[in-house]
Amino acid sequence: MSTQDSGNGTDASDALVREIAARHVARPGGLLPALHAVQDELGYVPPEAVPTLAEVFNFSRAEVHGVISFYHLFRTTPPGRKTLYLCRAEACQAMGARALEEHTRARLGIGFHETTADKRFSLEPIYCLGNCACSPAIMIDDFVYGCVTPNRLDALLEEG
Amino acid sequence: MPSAENPGMPEVACKVFVPRDTTARSMGADDVAAAIAVEAARRGESVTVVRNGSRGLYWLEPMIEVASGGVRHAYGPVQGSDVPSLFDAGFLAAGEHGLGLGPTEEIPYLARQSRLTFARVGITDPLLLEDYRALGGYEGLAKAIRLSREEIVDIVTESGLRGRGGAAFPTGIKWRTVLNAEGSQKYVTCNADEGDSGTFADRMVMESDPFVVIEGMTIAGLAVGATMGYIYLRAEYPLAIRIMNEAIEIAEAAGLLGDDVMDSGQAFHLEVREAAGAYICGEETSMLESLEGKRGMIRYRPPLPAIKGLFGAPTIVNNVITLASVPIILAEGAEYYRDYGTGRSRGTLTVQLAGNIKRGGLVEIGFGRPLRELLEDFGGGTATGRPIRAVQAGGPLGAYIHPSQFDAPLDYEAFAEFGGMIGHGGLVVFDDTVDMGEQARFAMEFCAIESCGKCTPCRIGAVRGVEVIDRILSGVDESDNLLLLRDLCDTMVAGSLCALGGMAPFPVISVLDHFSEDLRARKIQ
Ligand SMILES: Cc1cc2nc3c(=O)[nH]c(=O)nc-3n(C[C@H](O)[C@H](O)[C@H](O)COP(=O)(O)O)c2cc1C
Ligand code: SF4
Ligand code: FES
Repeated sequence: MSTQDSGNGTDASDALVREIAARHVARPGGLLPALHAVQDELGYVPPEAVPTLAEVFNFSRAEVHGVISFYHLFRTTPPGRKTLYLCRAEACQAMGARALEEHTRARLGIGFHETTADKRFSLEPIYCLGNCACSPAIMIDDFVYGCVTPNRLDALLEEG
Repeated sequence: MPSAENPGMPEVACKVFVPRDTTARSMGADDVAAAIAVEAARRGESVTVVRNGSRGLYWLEPMIEVASGGVRHAYGPVQGSDVPSLFDAGFLAAGEHGLGLGPTEEIPYLARQSRLTFARVGITDPLLLEDYRALGGYEGLAKAIRLSREEIVDIVTESGLRGRGGAAFPTGIKWRTVLNAEGSQKYVTCNADEGDSGTFADRMVMESDPFVVIEGMTIAGLAVGATMGYIYLRAEYPLAIRIMNEAIEIAEAAGLLGDDVMDSGQAFHLEVREAAGAYICGEETSMLESLEGKRGMIRYRPPLPAIKGLFGAPTIVNNVITLASVPIILAEGAEYYRDYGTGRSRGTLTVQLAGNIKRGGLVEIGFGRPLRELLEDFGGGTATGRPIRAVQAGGPLGAYIHPSQFDAPLDYEAFAEFGGMIGHGGLVVFDDTVDMGEQARFAMEFCAIESCGKCTPCRIGAVRGVEVIDRILSGVDESDNLLLLRDLCDTMVAGSLCALGGMAPFPVISVLDHFSEDLRARKIQ
């Protein structure tokens, strides 16, 4: 991996996308799992992946783009090292999610769908993590935290 | 620490149960499990930590259990730092400790429930197939294999089971339609998109008893002659995705899924498909589009999914809890299940107590109990200790219920009478500090964010709704805008293609009707 430069990186990711697409093309409804697989590998679905996916799945580029843009959890830009998902839904609102949201924005200095300048965190809204009996809830990457106070959030951000 | 004071310390490895469910982990269960292992090693005690599912007494999580004299005893909520004192107190032999809760099954919150669908949830390691079988698992499928397709459908029909995903449609009737539909390929799809705020029953059953979902879907497959099933599972539930996938592999290896299910000569295959964070994809036709790998746009009906569903084939679409209720109905019989409940709401409802509530968690109980009993006797009022001002039932499209309506029984028809909705069984509690104007605004905002965009009343109406509420709250033409808001709600209800646009106004209308004092210009401080 030491020889990787941006040119190689793009080639490498194109090969990867092609390989993922080939693996999923025969599955019924395979585009969605393919997009998940691309995002799992690369952290996002780069715009360069669209023509490759379109070609392998025999869709138009517009169709592939349409699918990506329909779903809130696909991203088209690289995420920070960690992604903080903040639940904005009602059970969390009932226990202070609005204040937690304010606190988080101020603390990270960014809004939703943004990444901190030091690339440590991306901030995303989410609408229910199924943790509604211990609200408010957040998720960092794929770990959920319950009853999150602003202090607890600060501590978690420090760890990250 | 001297351990001589711990009488009856067992010689063999003692089992300590520490849940691995998302909520238990979100409250520190992993730290507790690690601390127990460390402390046991330090004291030279032989302890096996079992990562079980959760019992759903969420305000007590992490709630750990030990088996002493064949009886499970609980302690909670436990933090890692409590572990040494638990050892000091001899908790392995159910010794007394400030966090002690007594025998688990005698905790009133649990003892007063009727756990049918959730019979096994929280008892064992969710991925131990032998435990699942020892606790009655796969008896329903074994029975189904000896029956004809029609007989299986008859039993489900007679049980009175109605869909738990929201629309409460009779499950047996849906299955019969698929059974009678022409098609060489049919599908069973499990709707595990669980998008409603305040709900977690699907997540719990998938994380804590995944085989019951597999068994229920397999029975559905046998009943209608479908050989392939898909679980459309919310991306926001990474742990449930992992556990369901592992359970499917285990079931395949044991011959419980595959080309010859339980030596029945019938095939049933199962696959998890991860959703991607669109609320509308919980609506069944949108879910089918998404399973086909497309944008989750709503389909026009007819045709019904039961006739022309996934890839144009006859398809069962059922919620997780609906499907997870099928095995016990087959195993114990239709009557056993329908004996619970009231009127046309038969069996049990899995109520989820959420939000600002003292004792949040899962309560499975026969239909017909008053809402107040759930909020007060089970829930213990608000977590903050303040009065309850409003309860949202049935998710983000459900009305806000005013305390004057708390005597309503939990029954689909009784709720519908006052414009309420049981939906998937979530109750989100708010105390008297809530700003109901903000809640009304959020209902419209959520609809605007999640609209699939197919029809104008929803796509444009929701955006207008937010604007109109903003104007009301900032004191611009208050009375005109209140009239406009009513009109807009009526237009959305009457003109939307699906229930997202058609019902998103319900919480708004409930605020206009019962909490109008909050839909006013804000006083400038
Ligand atoms: C906007 C919207 C969202 C929905 N979300 C879900 C969901 O997350 N899970 C679910 O089971 N049903 C959901 N439903 C209901 C489904 O359309 C469908 O009625 C249900 O999955 C059928 O299964 P059941 O009969 O077992 O309830 C939703 C409906 C609408 C209109
Ligand atoms: S009501 Fe909304 S979500 Fe439903 S079809 Fe119309 S635009 Fe789509
Ligand atoms: S509403 Fe936030 S976790 Fe469910």
